[in-house]
Amino acid sequence: MGSYVPGTLQERQEMLRAIGMEREEELYADVPAGMLLTEPLNIPSGMSELEVRSKMEALAAENKVYKTVLRGAGAYDHYIPSIVKYIPAKEEFLTAYTPYQAEMSQGILQSIFEYQTMICQLTGMDVSNASVYDGATAAAEAAAMCRDRKRSVTLISAAVHPDTINTVRTYCYGSNTELRIVPCKDGKTDLDALKQMLTPDVASLVLQQPNFFGQLEDARAIGEAVHAAKAMFILSCDPLSLAILPTPKELGADVMVGEGQCLGLPIAWGGPYLGIMAATSKMMRKLPGRIVGETHDDAGNKAYVLSLQAREQHIRREKASSNICSNEALCALTAGLYMAAMGPEGMKEAARQTTAKAHYLQAELCKLPGVELKYGGAFYQEFVTVLPKRDAVLAALDEAGILGGLPLGENEILWCATEKNTRAELDRAVAIVKEVLA
Amino acid sequence: MKLIFEKSVPGRHSSLLPPCDVPAFELPETRQEPLELPELCENDVSRHYTQLCQRVHGVNCGFYPLGSCTMKYNPRIDEEAASLPGFTNVHPLAPKASVKGSLEVLDLAARYLCEISGMDGMTFQPAAGAHGEFTGVLLIKQYHDARGDKARTKIIVPDSAHGTNPATAAMCGYDVVNVASAPNGCVDLEALKAVLGPDIAGLMLTNPNTVGIFDENILEITRLVHACGGLCYYDGANLNAVMGHVRPGDMGFDCIHMNLHKTFATPHGGGGPGAGAVGCKAFLKEFLPKSALMEGEGHIQVRGFAGNFLVVVRALAYLLTLGREGVPEASANAVLNANYLMQKIKGSFTPAFDRVCMHEFVLDLSEFKKETGVSALDVAKSLIDNGMHPPTMYFPLIVHEALMLEPTETESKETLDEAAEVFRKLYDLAHTDPEYMHAAPHHAQIGRPDEVAAARNPVVRWVKA
Repeated sequence: MGSYVPGTLQERQEMLRAIGMEREEELYADVPAGMLLTEPLNIPSGMSELEVRSKMEALAAENKVYKTVLRGAGAYDHYIPSIVKYIPAKEEFLTAYTPYQAEMSQGILQSIFEYQTMICQLTGMDVSNASVYDGATAAAEAAAMCRDRKRSVTLISAAVHPDTINTVRTYCYGSNTELRIVPCKDGKTDLDALKQMLTPDVASLVLQQPNFFGQLEDARAIGEAVHAAKAMFILSCDPLSLAILPTPKELGADVMVGEGQCLGLPIAWGGPYLGIMAATSKMMRKLPGRIVGETHDDAGNKAYVLSLQAREQHIRREKASSNICSNEALCALTAGLYMAAMGPEGMKEAARQTTAKAHYLQAELCKLPGVELKYGGAFYQEFVTVLPKRDAVLAALDEAGILGGLPLGENEILWCATEKNTRAELDRAVAIVKEVLA
Repeated sequence: MKLIFEKSVPGRHSSLLPPCDVPAFELPETRQEPLELPELCENDVSRHYTQLCQRVHGVNCGFYPLGSCTMKYNPRIDEEAASLPGFTNVHPLAPKASVKGSLEVLDLAARYLCEISGMDGMTFQPAAGAHGEFTGVLLIKQYHDARGDKARTKIIVPDSAHGTNPATAAMCGYDVVNVASAPNGCVDLEALKAVLGPDIAGLMLTNPNTVGIFDENILEITRLVHACGGLCYYDGANLNAVMGHVRPGDMGFDCIHMNLHKTFATPHGGGGPGAGAVGCKAFLKEFLPKSALMEGEGHIQVRGFAGNFLVVVRALAYLLTLGREGVPEASANAVLNANYLMQKIKGSFTPAFDRVCMHEFVLDLSEFKKETGVSALDVAKSLIDNGMHPPTMYFPLIVHEALMLEPTETESKETLDEAAEVFRKLYDLAHTDPEYMHAAPHHAQIGRPDEVAAARNPVVRWVKA
């Protein structure tokens, strides 16, 4: 069996004697008789490190790793620079708790302060928190921070990621507030329908840019309609796309949220990911979660601390804006590191190439007979095609080690490409589709 | 040290991407605002983060008795398991047949954790402890709603509870009923009885509680709550005391969250990612959250996809290592270490409850402060000068001038002896040179930061001069 207990049996005996006990069982004397387990747990015996390694490798080998990934839908297979994998594995970063003691946590605190700054630079927003769990919970937390006594209804576009809609719905169920879904038209949020739905009880609208179908929404006009109704505009963005697309600030967002996975985190079957939340300075004291602030110590040296804690649960208890404490600090550090490693030009290049590859794939696929583009609006890296023999197409790609797009509806596929996909890979995928359709 | 932005040199970069091999595509509308991220070469980036990490204290660097946070050693083999390409390079929406390994990881982890907690069903979607609480209380809410019982509007939380408990109950739309603790830090049965009734949805409780004592009335507490129609939620923050010895399910709890980043040794990463696995009894399984996109609509959902999967991978590797013998051994030694350390410190500082503790204990420094003028904060900051991470300060709220210590099972006798010696030294110092302790730390990265100034005049991002 494996164990990380250092004490030898002799040392344990000495320690027991030092506390006036003879046997280990006495440690649990407070547990009522009859409740203590009398049988060992029904789990396997412990193993050595070598055996554990083999077991975990065997489990990992049961997953199929595709050479080419053409599926996104909330998890994007971008290139992760080598340095971005290694730095967060440093044990100091990895094994620290939340930086409650600023005097021995300046490195973590500074990394978060730098992350917050980079998120502001990327999004144009005034203030960022230190992260929340993921993009879906970021949207749910944003909806919560926009509600007040008079306005409690949240609107969300039907073109937002289904997991985000369902998460926001769940948070609304918790707080006994209402969520209303704004319908889509041609793969985009229906602005006319939205205007009808912007009643005086509406607190905010959640819009995703680009949306779940990959389409670029007319976000500026939607934001203006939301503001005209005195509601708040929450924009969920793909952060990497913001290197080249208009920022949420430029589009009029009050709160920007996003899934930060595309900033250097592996797709990893869904997590850990990174919930990004940034806002205008007016909304700063309503932001949930941790925020690092700059101050000085008693000798006047620059210092970083967890700040504005009066918003948080350990002070406010049931009156707190959220219950969040642990967040995704190491993922935020990774995202900051990714942005620093890529630099502004690298970020733009990754976003530009992503767009170019996606449009190349779309053009090549739509040259095939029977393949049609479902929505005609501008897109960034994802698009929906309608095509016959959908399942046969995906199966043939799968056979060739290619994870095709996500099947939607009856005969649709939501495709995705990133800067990682080479032209040769894309051509090969298209050739396989062509063969199946022939 | 300088901020990364202050090291930026225009034009500096790394060569990470090849030239684009397909035609460029111009989007109709582009960003107008300049993108002002820092510009550095790879070596600059590497040195910067290495400098940062030298200003961080992790549990793998030294003693970290932060009460209620279970800072045990984080094994490297768990990291290696979580970095296998078979786990990191798998898309969450890949076909089920291609992710048998991931599904088995969840299945094994669920089976072992159900066995340890005495539960029947498990979800890994919650990303942290507080997120698990939220999920657990939503199970309770759905249960009452499904029965058409709309009268239950209150959740009971003891006054010794962590702040997340009342915050969670409020997020779930409940009014919070705070119940005062008995003088021994446990639930006051009479105070509990006084608030029970048809408007109670449930109770949130840790056991052992936040002062490190196992509540011997636990069966009576859960029986009383059930008798009035409420459900019982177990906050698993303190599970490290009892794994393999006694199970929350056998104490009468209906649902539970477990912090995989505490009890199951996954690293906390300076604040996350964690994982707050939620377990429940069979009658609540139908209410567990699911991903709409992976598993279809019709269930609650607290996060995208299946949760912090790589954290579950680490916890599974840990569970496989410990196994049926190692799990109870870990807890017993966590309790042994806490009692040993308390015994050694008792010669100087005073425990708030002088009796056998579980995995952690609380010191009450109020008399000491009256005597010397030195506060719990002063002692904590002085510990930093001695290379030790301070205990949790000023928590739980029911003990004044509290320091809460949780050594965990992975610390050796020498470490505990040395820590006790540091406490003794500080006790003496407080009596001879309290001024020195008021001004501590003296040898840390910084002196005490001005938190009031930080809150009054918030500077939460760097701005170019």
